[in-house]
Amino acid sequence: MSTATVSSARFDVAALSKDFPALHQSVHGKPLVYLDNAATSQKPQSVIDAVARFYEEDCSNIHRGVHLLSQRATQAYEEVRLKAQHFIHAADPAEIIFVRGATEGINLVAQTYGRKHVQAGDTVLVSAMEHHSNIVPWQMLCEEKGAHLRVIPMNDRGELLLDEYKKLLTSDTKLVAIAHVSNALGTINPIRQMIRTAHQHGIPVLVDGAQAVPHLQVDVQDLDCDFYAFSAHKMYGPTGIGILYGKKHLLEAMPPYQGGGDMISSVTFEKTTYNDLPHKFEAGTPNIAGVIGLGAAIDYLALVGLDHIAAHEHDLLKYATEQFARLPGVRIIGTAKEKAAVLSFVLDDIHPHDIGTILDQEGVAVRTGHHCAQPVMQFFSIPATTRASFALYNTEAEIDALTRGIKKVQEMFA
Amino acid sequence: MIPESRDVRDLYQDMILEHSKRPENFHSLPEASHKAEGFNPLCGDHFTVFLKLDGDRIEDISFEGSGCAISKSSASMMTASLKGKTKTEAQQLFSQFQRLVKNEAGSEDHEEALGKLIVFSGVCEFPVRIKCAILAWHAMLSALDQKSDTVSTE
Repeated sequence: MSTATVSSARFDVAALSKDFPALHQSVHGKPLVYLDNAATSQKPQSVIDAVARFYEEDCSNIHRGVHLLSQRATQAYEEVRLKAQHFIHAADPAEIIFVRGATEGINLVAQTYGRKHVQAGDTVLVSAMEHHSNIVPWQMLCEEKGAHLRVIPMNDRGELLLDEYKKLLTSDTKLVAIAHVSNALGTINPIRQMIRTAHQHGIPVLVDGAQAVPHLQVDVQDLDCDFYAFSAHKMYGPTGIGILYGKKHLLEAMPPYQGGGDMISSVTFEKTTYNDLPHKFEAGTPNIAGVIGLGAAIDYLALVGLDHIAAHEHDLLKYATEQFARLPGVRIIGTAKEKAAVLSFVLDDIHPHDIGTILDQEGVAVRTGHHCAQPVMQFFSIPATTRASFALYNTEAEIDALTRGIKKVQEMFA
Repeated sequence: MIPESRDVRDLYQDMILEHSKRPENFHSLPEASHKAEGFNPLCGDHFTVFLKLDGDRIEDISFEGSGCAISKSSASMMTASLKGKTKTEAQQLFSQFQRLVKNEAGSEDHEEALGKLIVFSGVCEFPVRIKCAILAWHAMLSALDQKSDTVSTE
């Protein structure tokens, strides 16, 4: 059971915040202000309890044992598949593949679908704002196959240029791989429209949804995406677990990713018959506790309501953007019209590393660096940014703590 | 353990802030006999250290590039400390400086040799910033060894 206290009429941040034990501590003598949610979010007690309860009560392997504990573990594990199916509105539970995270999901598609369908001279299309996890797997594939990686450009607000995108969709293009929400800029890409355009050319689309699922209601059937990958740990779940969604007919036609137990129907030394979906892609004992924790995170999000979360975070982003506009010397990187709860910025000539250290001393946790999106930094001709990213438990008072911290940085470096 | 009581001013001492704003020897050295780059891929800090050796002695030293206040001021103060030193003295000072910022045993014995560099003693309280403080020093060592490759902290 979750302890979340929510009514549809009122979004009670103070009450919700109590669900997250790690938030209530002091760092360097100051109350923690956790604004690094795009890196990983904190976990509610219900998720922590679900993981602990699995190890305390149901710990056993799945899909094999006839004993009671194994039955309970298998049932709990497979129930999460159904929860995940409903969470992203997939048509079939067999379309939900448990992976380590968005990164593994993308690698799985690159190594199976990609290796089968991308050949020498073909093109894989990514966008200028991708995280390294949605660049490098395709680069590796293109290198192996002698294929080309091409990039959908963006403008200086951090919005993709859709006219340029259309020109890049040629008969050589075998796959489009784009982020739903940019981790470095916060841009929400118009992926529904982009998917439709790609499909007009018969090109499938993979969406990196790691930064989207904690903020937006995702409906894979409405989007009509072919693959959608995301991680549990950015949506209040455990690390080391995530989901790859794929359309069933695509997954069925794909070769397996890894060989091992659970992904087979029968094995002889001469020949192995592979198991059906989704098990074909889940070789070896999976992260059972992680899956169960993910289930608890999905329950928590459902209880709070993604619509309420999105509205709250939108207010926070608006407030933070207004506050930042009053700070001289601050330049926001990523000013797209459609943005999720990410505020990346640079400050005078002060290096983000110095900003991060001083903010940390004030109890404010932010991310500094290139955010695993070096091409984005190169586009804006900056080595790095400081990034504040918001979650359902953040408040305007915490944004005030951030702006106070920034003033302190400016005073020190004046 | 990260000490709770650390003060950010222990890290950003006035002399460090001063050198980061107005670094010394911050230019390229066309007549350099040795040079090497230092790069920290995690934060994008990137410096080139130039050396002009006269036999075994560092006749001139400079640097250019960009980075955080810690890495830049460390590079600046390194160049100021090493001018006129021999290769061996430079290598010695490197290991003394490294001991200081890592707070390793014996660092207190070298306070005299370190001179003004002692202002970096607060770095050890901020473990993630140690790499910033020694980036340019690694590049300097690499230049002395005539390695032309980029030195990376990772």
